[in-house]
Amino acid sequence: MSEVTQLIHHYLRHNKKFPHMLCAGCGHGILLGSLIRSVHNAGLSKDEVVVISGIGCSGRLAVYVDFNTIHTTHGRALTFATGIKMANPELVVIVLMGDGDALSIGGNHLIHAARRNIGVNAIILNNEIYGMTGGQCSSTTPQDCFSMTTPFGQLEKSFDIVDMALASGANFVARTTAFHAQLTDEVIGQALANPGFNLIEFFSPCHTQYGRKNKYKNAIAMYQDLKSKTMDVDKYKALEESKREGVMPIGVFLKRDDPALETRYAGVRAKLQEAKQKKAEAAKAAQAKPAKAKEPKPDKGAKGKETKQDKGDKA
Amino acid sequence: MAATKKGLTTVAIYPDWCKGCGLCAAFCPKKVFEMDPVAGKARVVNEEECVNCGFCELHCPDFAIVLSPKNTDTDSSNNPTAKAKP
Repeated sequence: MSEVTQLIHHYLRHNKKFPHMLCAGCGHGILLGSLIRSVHNAGLSKDEVVVISGIGCSGRLAVYVDFNTIHTTHGRALTFATGIKMANPELVVIVLMGDGDALSIGGNHLIHAARRNIGVNAIILNNEIYGMTGGQCSSTTPQDCFSMTTPFGQLEKSFDIVDMALASGANFVARTTAFHAQLTDEVIGQALANPGFNLIEFFSPCHTQYGRKNKYKNAIAMYQDLKSKTMDVDKYKALEESKREGVMPIGVFLKRDDPALETRYAGVRAKLQEAKQKKAEAAKAAQAKPAKAKEPKPDKGAKGKETKQDKGDKA
Repeated sequence: MAATKKGLTTVAIYPDWCKGCGLCAAFCPKKVFEMDPVAGKARVVNEEECVNCGFCELHCPDFAIVLSPKNTDTDSSNNPTAKAKP
């Protein structure tokens, strides 16, 4: 197992300040390790991978890894990713977003990236709160849970990211948690190999902002909670509906290999180029023919010009 | 299986990178780690009990734990010669 940590150190930028800025017990670091292992296992070089992140705690992750990285504006990580993938489809694009980043500020980008089926691997690090800005409630804060801005409990319903991705038409949808690092490795590996839009929801406990206000004694209590309430998707589907409350299904929800947008685009380009070539060949063939057929044409043009000139004179 | 693997692994913690979240101490199946109340960081107390399950290494958010195979006598005698050759 010693290779695991050595490998992670190989992919980290050691000129950055370590240990990283994430709080003690934050699950984001676990995802970072998982991401590095999955990229290594997929046999990708550092130059082939682009990691794009938005703003928030998750935004810092791109800074620490030695791939091609962009730290973009709030909520727009997917738009940058779309541009990069369309410009150079050979790159493997991974987008790291927080829940506020992906669902609130960039909610439309997420839906439409899934609809377009652009070949991007989006990982949403869901900590159920705006952690970096002081613990405001986000669109994924569960109902009746407390945050800095909902001292009497959240009144609104929360987003189910997986359901939304399934409805928007993503190619690959999965959910993992910070407690299930091996599953996360496996799922990211599958996503990297799958074409089209792949979405992974990663539950990452935030004790500093969320746990303290919701009666979790420490970060470990949050991990124990994740351990006890999660269940494999297949088992979850077999459960009776009455027993499903409070259970969080994890694993791969959907996997299909519809062609991605960039491959369809490449197909259209190839078709158009072929048509252009055929046209050029046809024009060449027409030029090579004896010029008799073309002779009357200039006469017609000359006549037309004459008539126009006549009209001009009349005016 | 587990019994045969005991005592074959070295567990090391980088104290500079450890933030003392306590995940390793809480979830280690063999209670290899203990939280140091003074330093606020994890330390290795039962290295001999480690079965090399790899949980701590995979789940340490700060990449502060390294598991490596323990060098037995034959290994340690082999290693210097291997290094000396090139």
